[in-house]
Amino acid sequence: MKSTEETMQHDDHHHHHGDHDNHFSEMQARVKALETVLTQKGLIDPAAIDAIVETYETKIGPRNGARIVAKSWTEPDFADWLKADATAAIASLGYSGRQGEHMRAVFNTPDTHNLIVCTLCSCYPWAVLGLPPVWYKAPPYRARAVIDPRGVLAEFGVVLPETTKIRVWDSTAELRYLVIPERPSGTEGFDAERLADLVTRDAMIGTGLVRLPEAV
Amino acid sequence: MNTHDAKPSLTLSPGLPKSREGEPAFAEPWQAEAFAMTVHLHEKGVFSWSEWAEVLSQELYRPGRRADASDYYDCWVAALSRLVTELSITSAAQLDGLTKQWQQAAEATPHGQPIRLENAAKR
Repeated sequence: MKSTEETMQHDDHHHHHGDHDNHFSEMQARVKALETVLTQKGLIDPAAIDAIVETYETKIGPRNGARIVAKSWTEPDFADWLKADATAAIASLGYSGRQGEHMRAVFNTPDTHNLIVCTLCSCYPWAVLGLPPVWYKAPPYRARAVIDPRGVLAEFGVVLPETTKIRVWDSTAELRYLVIPERPSGTEGFDAERLADLVTRDAMIGTGLVRLPEAV
Repeated sequence: MNTHDAKPSLTLSPGLPKSREGEPAFAEPWQAEAFAMTVHLHEKGVFSWSEWAEVLSQELYRPGRRADASDYYDCWVAALSRLVTELSITSAAQLDGLTKQWQQAAEATPHGQPIRLENAAKR
């Protein structure tokens, strides 16, 4: 691991991680049961199910996160609140997780880029980003985001200067992260809705950058 | 995936939680999976959307539903379970058994490993 790259873990990560996701709720288990039986009968193709889910996951959810980012760009007080207590700041906009998980906002700066992952399973800030993309749940991303974040970013088309530090945040069931990218230049005078249009889902995971204003 | 355009069907799903943009909204991944399986089975001609809508609305109008409709997809899963049973694709007993096995598999799987049905047998 390069010295400029480090993995940040919440102190009680291991303590809390032990007893979640190794449990299926009745509904999770029942949906898996349906999937098993329907696949065995040749009535569904898991790849087709993933494709349908994917069409929806790109359309739903991330808009909530984009609104949070835009608000932090236009309202310094909100940005401060987000830094100090992201759970409360985000809840104030009506985006709360059903499992009562805590949120932490990690801010990109000119010399630090943040990347989120869940190495153990696929914890994800659903309330603000919707459903996780398929690659987020896949073992290669989960394994490599920590070992080789720069290589992973390059595969997403994100090449950062060698001097930029990459911080990898490992999500847990109780603590989920949201990356707050930097506001792009040339957006002075944009209102919050127009700014939100620039904020992609991947920019809030850290695997992408915000759109440039001329591209919208 | 244009072939998966489910919009006409969606108009027949009363009370479907939707985003501001009018797309179905899911609180958790299993909801999206249940939704996608239903759309897929309909596309394959396993049932018509009106057959589906009838079973779904029976579940939705059962007494004891939560007032905030947060159990919408619980009803959806109950409806799908019932429909596949009525179509003799599987039995209620088989589904219940598999549901339990998946829960056991989840608990028997070490953290970070994919949860597989076979893991249930390790208990």
